[in-house]
This record gives sequence, structure tokens and C-alpha cells, in this order.
Amino acid sequence: MKTSRLAVACLLAAAVVTCTPAAAHAFLDHAMPAVGSTVRTSPTTVRLAFSEPLEPAFSRVHVEDAAGKAVDAGDGHVDAADHAILVVAVPSLPPGTYRVRWRVVSIDTHVTEGDYTFTIAQ
Amino acid sequence: MQSRCIQCALVALSLAVPAAASGHGFAGKRFFPATLATEDPFVADELSLPTILWQKVPGEGDGPGTRETHVSAEFAKRITENLGVGIGTTYKIVRPDAGETQRGFDNLEVHFKYAFYRNDAHEAIVSAGVDWDIGGTGARRVGAESFSTLTPAVFFGKGLGDLPDDVKWLRPLAITGQVGVGFPTRSSTTTAGGDETATRALVERSALHRSRELRHGGHAHDATDGDDGAERHPHTLDWAFSIQYSLPYLQSFVQDVGLEAPFNRMIPVVEFAMSTALDRGASGTTGTVNPGIIWAGQNIQLAIEAVIPINRRSGDSVGVLAQLHFFLDDLFPQTLGRPLIR
Repeated sequence: MKTSRLAVACLLAAAVVTCTPAAAHAFLDHAMPAVGSTVRTSPTTVRLAFSEPLEPAFSRVHVEDAAGKAVDAGDGHVDAADHAILVVAVPSLPPGTYRVRWRVVSIDTHVTEGDYTFTIAQ
Repeated sequence: MQSRCIQCALVALSLAVPAAASGHGFAGKRFFPATLATEDPFVADELSLPTILWQKVPGEGDGPGTRETHVSAEFAKRITENLGVGIGTTYKIVRPDAGETQRGFDNLEVHFKYAFYRNDAHEAIVSAGVDWDIGGTGARRVGAESFSTLTPAVFFGKGLGDLPDDVKWLRPLAITGQVGVGFPTRSSTTTAGGDETATRALVERSALHRSRELRHGGHAHDATDGDDGAERHPHTLDWAFSIQYSLPYLQSFVQDVGLEAPFNRMIPVVEFAMSTALDRGASGTTGTVNPGIIWAGQNIQLAIEAVIPINRRSGDSVGVLAQLHFFLDDLFPQTLGRPLIR
């Protein structure tokens, strides 16, 4: 087999699979408050933006204080206008470090999970 | 409405089998990329097509040097969630400084792998497997062995995400590795004379050959007995590991440092692929150190590494290793990308 034929075969295979419609694992792209950030005032919501649309029925987010106690409003949900956004409301929080825990299911049923902290300054 | 119900049912079904949710390369929140010279510990549905290696191999004695290109393909399939099988081959092009270019396929390789330990909280996984280099299935003119080699091995992966806050910048680090012993099915073979043998000898001296054989078992340390022309094939301790710093992990779980595409999906990596001869008149360690970059997208992964020989026996020039890799469980989640038995 000539090298050029092999290269063409590889390119064709790549084209076939990359042109196939597919979803994938949902990775956290960015968040507000940002991962590891320090903010001056308590946010009213925590918003997580993912790389893939989420399955609303099986995607969760919670916010905990330093003692591990849940402090969010318990209304974590996928944004109706953008299924790649996960939102939860939080009350006015005192200064401290808070951990955001999430577990989401992308629309192709893959599960990903994670957590991060943000700090509200004194 | 009906399609929506079906979709929900599929989601519910997948959630009933927690391990099924993870897919390729995950232990907890840690994503481990597929490494090029170190077999990763995961059982996955994936396709590497192509993996390309370029390397110049110096001549020894009066023999000419060669310029070599290896184009590999490997397909891996999950049988169950934790048991997988894979098959691969390599097409070799060997261009001697003097003489005719040799082309042909190396032996077919089949491997089985079973993941028997996973700790999501500590981002750890351990698996065991065996690689079978099937003798006589490739072209001898490019160095394919006439005999088989079986290499049982243990594979591991560990992310450092459980480190304390004081050293949070080290949390994106992860290590993967493998340790195995190569068992050739023949202790020695007798080589014939002629150009074909000369070319084969050149191929077997290459660092490229050594690096590939490290992953799949083989004979980088073959020694020739000058009296009877017998080539001895020692048992080998094949070991490799990778050190990775995951920028996606840094961005998503430690500190958003403002990286944008494509840097927010990059994973700098250094791989160490080694082989140590154990017996039959051979000794010493050969191998390569491969610094590089892996870019892990949603469905595919691109990687490129330098291939640096660790000593003169491993080669004396830097090669290049590159790969295009497909996550079949993401591309075809309901067909080709799911285990055969669930």
C-alpha cells in the first residue's frame, strides 16, 4: 500500500466519524462566580456553563459552606433557554469559602461530576 | 413526545449502571487522556487512527542508517463495562541511506484488559491485561517477528486532585503507568543472510521500534550469537509512565485562570517508555522520553510528542510521534460506543 493511499484512508475515516452528529461528556466550561475566585459580595445565583446540553431531569447543583452544610435555595435547574447552563439561587451569604458541587448528565447519557470553591471576601 | 420518552428511558437506564456513565478515561472528576507511549489503564471504546512516528535511525558498523515512518491503527472495544479487547497493527516504511526502501505491515497485536479497581474520590484506577504480538502475521522485511510475544501487564492511573488547598496548583497533576514482562514464545531464532536481514537488524535497533514494542511487548534487546548466527530473545521488563498536567482540570476544578480555546483543553505530558532485558545474554535498559502536548476535544483528541532516546543503544536522534484519536463512546453512544454486554 502506498503511503498516500494510507493517508487518504485515514483522512476519510476521520471525516466520516467527525461528521457524524454526536454529543459528548459535558465539561464545565466556566462558572459565575468563577472557579477559585474571590468576590466582594454574595452572589444571588451560581451559574455553571457546560460544553454540552444537559438532561434537566438528571442534572444537579448544590452549594455548601465550609462545614459542608447546604446553603443554596434548593432550586438547582437547567436553564430553560440554554440547556448547557445549570443555575441555583443562593441567599445572601456571609463572608467565607463555599463549595459548589455538581453532577450532570449530557443529552447522550454520559455523566460527569465535579466541584469547586469560591470565596466571599470579608 | 415519544422520542422524548425514549430519551428519558435511555438516561434512566444508563443511570442504573453507574460505571456506564463514566465512559472513556474518567476516574471521578478526573479525565485521563489516551497517552501515546504508555498504555492507559482504562477500558474504552476508542480508535487511534493514525498514530504516526518519524525517526532517523543511525547505522551501526558498516551498516547504513535509515529514515523510518510508522503508521499505526488501533481499535479498542468494551465487551463489558470493565473488560475490553483491542487490535492494532503498524505499517512501516524503512528508507536506508543506501539501498532499497522496505515497506510492509508489522505483526498484528491483540490485547485484553480488565479494570478491577476504581476509586472516584481519589481519582485512581488499576487494571490488568495481556498483549499478544502475533508472530508471523507481518512482513519480515520490516522486522516483523516470526514468533509471538505475550506480555501480561498491570496498568494504573492516579490523579492528585485530593491534595490539600496549600498545594492546590499541583492538583491538576496525574500519573499513569504500566509494568509488564514480555515472554517470547521462542528463546532464539536463526537468521538468514542477505539484504532482508540487514534491513531487519536496522529496524530492530531503532528507538522507534523500542518505544512501540514497549507498549506491546517485543524484542528491543535481541542479541546475536556470532558463532551460529542464532538471535536470542530475552524476557524483558517493559515499563512506562506518564506525568500529566491537565489544564482543563485546572480551569474547571481548581482556578479559572482565564484560558481560552484551544489552551483550555490542552494537557502537557511527559512520557517515559522503557524496556529492560532480563536474561539470555542481554542486559541494560533502552527507551525514550517523550515530552509533548495532548489536546482533548469533545469527540477527538490530537497529540504530538518528541521522542528522545535515553542512551546510544536507544538511538541518537530525536523523533516525532503524533496521533489522532477518536472517543467512540461519545461519537456513537448508542451503537458502536457502548459495551457489547451491559
